[in-house]
Amino acid sequence: MSVLVLAEHDNKEIKPSTLNTVTAAAKLGGDVVLLVAGQGCADAGAAAAKIKGVSKVLVADAPAYAHHLAENVAPLVVGLAPDYSHVLAPASTYGKNIMPRVAALLDVGQVSDISGIESPDTFVRPIYAGNAMATVQSKDKIKVITVRSTSFDAAPAEGGSAAVESAAAGADTGLTEFLRLESQKNERPELTTARIVISGGRGMQAGDNFKMLEAIADKLGAAVGASRAAVDAGFVPNDYQVGQTGKIVAPELYIAVGISGAIQHLAGMKDSKVIVAINKDEEAPIFQVADYGLVADLFKALPELTEELSK
Amino acid sequence: MKILVPVKRVVDANIKVRVKADGTGVETQNVKMSMNPFCEIAVEQAIRLKEAGKATEIIAVSCGVAQSQETLRTALAMGADRGILVETDVALEPLAIAKLLKAVVEKEQPGLVILGKQAIDNDCNQTGQMLAALLGWPQGTFISKLEMGDGSAEVTREIDGGLEVIKIKLPAIVTVDLRLNEPRYASLPNIMKAKKKPIETLKPDALGVDVNPRVVTLKVVEPPKRNAGVKVPDVKTLVEKLRNEAKVI
Ligand SMILES: Cc1cc2nc3c(=O)[nH]c(=O)nc-3n(C[C@H](O)[C@H](O)[C@H](O)COP(=O)(O)OP(=O)(O)OC[C@H]3O[C@@H](n4cnc5c(N)ncnc54)[C@H](O)[C@@H]3O)c2cc1C
Ligand SMILES: Nc1ncnc2c1ncn2[C@@H]1O[C@H](COP(=O)(O)O)[C@@H](O)[C@H]1O
Repeated sequence: MSVLVLAEHDNKEIKPSTLNTVTAAAKLGGDVVLLVAGQGCADAGAAAAKIKGVSKVLVADAPAYAHHLAENVAPLVVGLAPDYSHVLAPASTYGKNIMPRVAALLDVGQVSDISGIESPDTFVRPIYAGNAMATVQSKDKIKVITVRSTSFDAAPAEGGSAAVESAAAGADTGLTEFLRLESQKNERPELTTARIVISGGRGMQAGDNFKMLEAIADKLGAAVGASRAAVDAGFVPNDYQVGQTGKIVAPELYIAVGISGAIQHLAGMKDSKVIVAINKDEEAPIFQVADYGLVADLFKALPELTEELSK
Repeated sequence: MKILVPVKRVVDANIKVRVKADGTGVETQNVKMSMNPFCEIAVEQAIRLKEAGKATEIIAVSCGVAQSQETLRTALAMGADRGILVETDVALEPLAIAKLLKAVVEKEQPGLVILGKQAIDNDCNQTGQMLAALLGWPQGTFISKLEMGDGSAEVTREIDGGLEVIKIKLPAIVTVDLRLNEPRYASLPNIMKAKKKPIETLKPDALGVDVNPRVVTLKVVEPPKRNAGVKVPDVKTLVEKLRNEAKVI
């Protein structure tokens, strides 16, 4: 039995979510083979070979894979899949885009966003925004799975010495064309892997006020997140959204500021180790999950917090 | 150009579901059911394209129990032209739904299929991508912007690293994210009018699709409970607790 893991990377580096996925793959038993599909991705391939627990790295280097378009990457994975019992990818927008396409082409179901492994064919996954946990069994010959990163430890990025082989690359289907990426460069840690996250909600009132959160984030080495309401209002970009339909985070410390605590928001952060809520409404549902609750006006509390952290 | 919009009937987004005591699933008896919020956004987008003269007919399709008629009526009241119900009591999974939808696509020949990115009950996020695979069509997933061109569409995708803009050839599949639009409410006159719009009922067998599950649910349980902690009187105490009690900063 061997497990194929579709690695998420930017041609140079392997994304942290891949390391969590490797841990999930190792739990299934058998060899773990990493597939790095990209263009000019030799560096990513070399980095993949160092991940502990990986026995082989397949590098598919071709123009068709430059932008990870599902139409091009899925057939590559489908071609390799029959040699494996499982095909895994992180449940990031990368994996969510490609893997169902792989599953359908293989005529198998997909198990999305697993948070636990009971046996090689039985998995635990959250449903209803994490308000219920389902144990599901896959009857398919090849199991296609996406993995919730926050539920599995990261495999060590160093210490392995896997063989690197090249995989035969396919052609561009021509169905889809990449035009551009619009992203704000951000010097802070990445939301899904940060040790501390501070998020703002509608209570922040304006995008400019997020500067108050950024000041605290800089002191704590934290990432900045947001509720959907804050993103919808245009305070911050879409990739800040934490929740059922945004990013799932589970940092050591999550600080929710001016966020009411709707179930869809809780779905994205309730597995955090320590939760702090700052909200002026003492009835706000966020306090039901907060380890430390501060009932206060955030416009008063945040400057105080910045000052206190400087002491 | 025809647009097909698959819509799912789910437990209303505002309801906190309860897990059944026997562990077989969540309570859906006497619980308010609604159209999946992402599907509402999909219907809205189709209507806007029709209003802009870029589509001729909108067909809403739902797969599932007979009551999914209500979800189709909601789509019709919003502005869809007709409905198709693929009726079955079998609990359908995304692969089966994608196969049923493929059969409907082959029958109706739409130029665009607009789906939600995710159903808020199973949180699968699979059906659109699977349908695209089965048809061999391009996919624009998790979109927050859609611009129709000649023979192609330009879509903006919400991805983990920001926004990605891609061009997809038509016919195509798109799955919509929350910020694509703000769905309209159906007006009373339109709700009345929707009662007269046609809904065709089909059966999986007639479409030649095997809907037997590949992934079976063994049990459903409550997630681990998280207890409320303490309220702190001021910022100073908060920082002191985080430093010395929780030791996280
Ligand atoms: C299908 C679907 C998917 C969704 N997905 C997500 C998701 O992924 N993530 C997500 O976050 N939401 C999601 N939502 C939205 C969710 O239901 C809530 O609407 C949203 O989380 C509310 O954001 P909020 O807490 O910032 O705003 P509100 O609920 O408006 O809360 C604002 C809070 O700020 C407090 N406040 C105001 N002023 C101050 C002040 N001066 N000082 C201190 N506190 C103050 C108020 O007391 C209030 O509690 C989804 C909804 C649906 C239907
Ligand atoms: N039973 C269904 N009937 C019609 N469309 C569905 C059904 N289930 C899912 N879909 C469509 O697929 C989208 C994504 O669902 P899922 O893949 O289950 O998360 C939904 O928003 C719908 O557009």
